[in-house]
Amino acid sequence: MSTVTGTTWNCYDSATMTPREIYGRTLAELAKTNDKIVGLTADLEKTTAMIHFAKAFPDRFFNVGIAEQDMFGAAAGLAKTGLIPFASTMAAFASMRACEQVRTDICYQNLPVKIIATHAGISFGHAGTTHHCTEDLAIMRSMANMTVIAPADGIETSRAVRACMDIPGPVYIRIGRGFEPPCYKDESYDFKIGKAVEMREGKDLTIICCGIAVLQSVLAAKQLEEQDGLSVRVINMHTIKPIDKDAIMKAVTETRRILTIEEHNVIGGLGDAVGSVIAESGKGCVFRKHGMQDCFSEIGYAEDLYSYYGFDADGIIDKVRQMMGLEFEADENWEDE
Amino acid sequence: MDKKELARYLELAKELRLKIVDVMTWSGGAHIGGSLSIVEILVMLYFKYLNIDPRNPKWEDRDRFVLSKGHAAAGFIPALAMKGYFPEDELQSFNHFKSPFAMHPDTNKVIGCDASAGSLGHGLPMALGMGLGARYQKKGFKTVCLMGDGECCEGSVWEAAMAISNFKLTNVIPIVDRNHFMIDGDTEDVMALEPFADKWKAFGFEVLQINGNDIAQVDDALSRAWKMTVPTMILADTVKGKGVDFMEGNVKWHYAAADSELCQKSKDSIMKEYEEAVRCLQ
Ligand SMILES: Cc1ncc(C[n+]2csc(CCOP(=O)(O)OP(=O)(O)O)c2C)c(N)n1
Repeated sequence: MSTVTGTTWNCYDSATMTPREIYGRTLAELAKTNDKIVGLTADLEKTTAMIHFAKAFPDRFFNVGIAEQDMFGAAAGLAKTGLIPFASTMAAFASMRACEQVRTDICYQNLPVKIIATHAGISFGHAGTTHHCTEDLAIMRSMANMTVIAPADGIETSRAVRACMDIPGPVYIRIGRGFEPPCYKDESYDFKIGKAVEMREGKDLTIICCGIAVLQSVLAAKQLEEQDGLSVRVINMHTIKPIDKDAIMKAVTETRRILTIEEHNVIGGLGDAVGSVIAESGKGCVFRKHGMQDCFSEIGYAEDLYSYYGFDADGIIDKVRQMMGLEFEADENWEDE
Repeated sequence: MDKKELARYLELAKELRLKIVDVMTWSGGAHIGGSLSIVEILVMLYFKYLNIDPRNPKWEDRDRFVLSKGHAAAGFIPALAMKGYFPEDELQSFNHFKSPFAMHPDTNKVIGCDASAGSLGHGLPMALGMGLGARYQKKGFKTVCLMGDGECCEGSVWEAAMAISNFKLTNVIPIVDRNHFMIDGDTEDVMALEPFADKWKAFGFEVLQINGNDIAQVDDALSRAWKMTVPTMILADTVKGKGVDFMEGNVKWHYAAADSELCQKSKDSIMKEYEEAVRCLQ
């Protein structure tokens, strides 16, 4: 069989480990020492890489068929018997099809269900709108008790999967299609849920981003330094909720310009989370939200869409340059100045 | 059905299969198995039963078709092209940037597509609504909804089935492509559907169980369903990957991409099976 590109099956033979692949393996590893961990999927055990867990622990893995509402309801039930369910399906189905099960059965009852949502954003671009998901951060953020994480790459996904074991309540981890290039070299960096990672220092402008935008922002920042002499800070805000207010406020006072980037609608996601922290602080800065501008995506392979919507380094550079032309109001009364 | 008619549909089915293989090649990947399994159903609907007019795709009184198993767009969209809704060479853009055609059909972009689909379990409720709408507005059109068997794991399918039967709708015709596979394996291993026909019967349907890859049987079932006076569904036993011998009944071909070699190999197999069928006719 010829190699399959852009499909859900590629994880089999991919040489570099994709986020899906890594978390699938990490989960199987975690489960070795914790027999409370159970796994669920809805006819996507290969697609979501739950297959590693399924093979290692067939007696505590449940494929409920193509029935996402049933899956999240059952995950809640399993949690009520003292277990820690990891349930995985595509982001569109986790956040929208089973929305009420996640909200009422899982979040309201504050159960330790860990949701791994794959194919988020427009990573499955060629599958069309039914399989895009640029709403999940907004939906999940608005649910009380929920922790929301959007890792930058496979390594961070693995960190997130380990770390979410320490959270007593529900966690939503959103990842892409699984072809995202790595951002980190290994797991030896400080990952803490709710604590942003500064990828690059900078004083002229701060990019606050998550997911695939992290690597691209780092690349953009490098180029901006070389070409424009700009010093751009890049913050990987892997945890969208609870959001790291300190990192945001530090960026407000130190750089006075903030650009958020998310593979999501600009309504309700990372940008709005950051924006409300800034607004509530009463401190002004130049602020722009980069993401899907309240529209559904075109059809196409992710790489083409990322460049079309400006999620690649070139697109980010453009945004930063536009923002550098904007003035912020000088405020002499800032106590931290 | 006489031999001449049958020969015509056999030829159309062969043409559609060849186009599906082309789409698999052009697009970088397609749900090939579940597209090939529904070819005879699509051909009979689009070339005999559906009362539609490609020059007037939004005609209010047209029969409706909802491809609830939206991932079979690689079968459905070429059928629309063959019917004349848009030029066949446009299919080459499948999945590519700003194409109207993706892995799942989009009613805003694909001319002749009555409902967007791709998230499984949405089609039958929409078909229910179309049926209720037709009845209330005293329109005679039919709505056909084609679902996957794996798709029938979704509760929404049964919610709509219950309602179609409750409202005694005979203008909605659910068809299930019983090809026995979902992504993770045989339905009976992943989430058992059997006794499947009994489930539909228990929900109040007259079940027409047929070989869904047999043109004469599909023809017969559709002609009966079109005239039924009680809610009726067609349970079409099919073969996933039908027509390409090495794909038939193999779960690995749920989704695949093809290079020119695989494309040719698939087409050779389709031609061989077609020629064999034509020989049997004579
Ligand atoms: C709600 C939803 N969940 C999961 C999927 C992913 N998915 C695409 S095809 C498929 C299997 C479908 O099986 P079946 O309905 O039997 O179709 P066929 O075998 O005819 O291709 C799944 C799970 C989806 N498209 N929608």
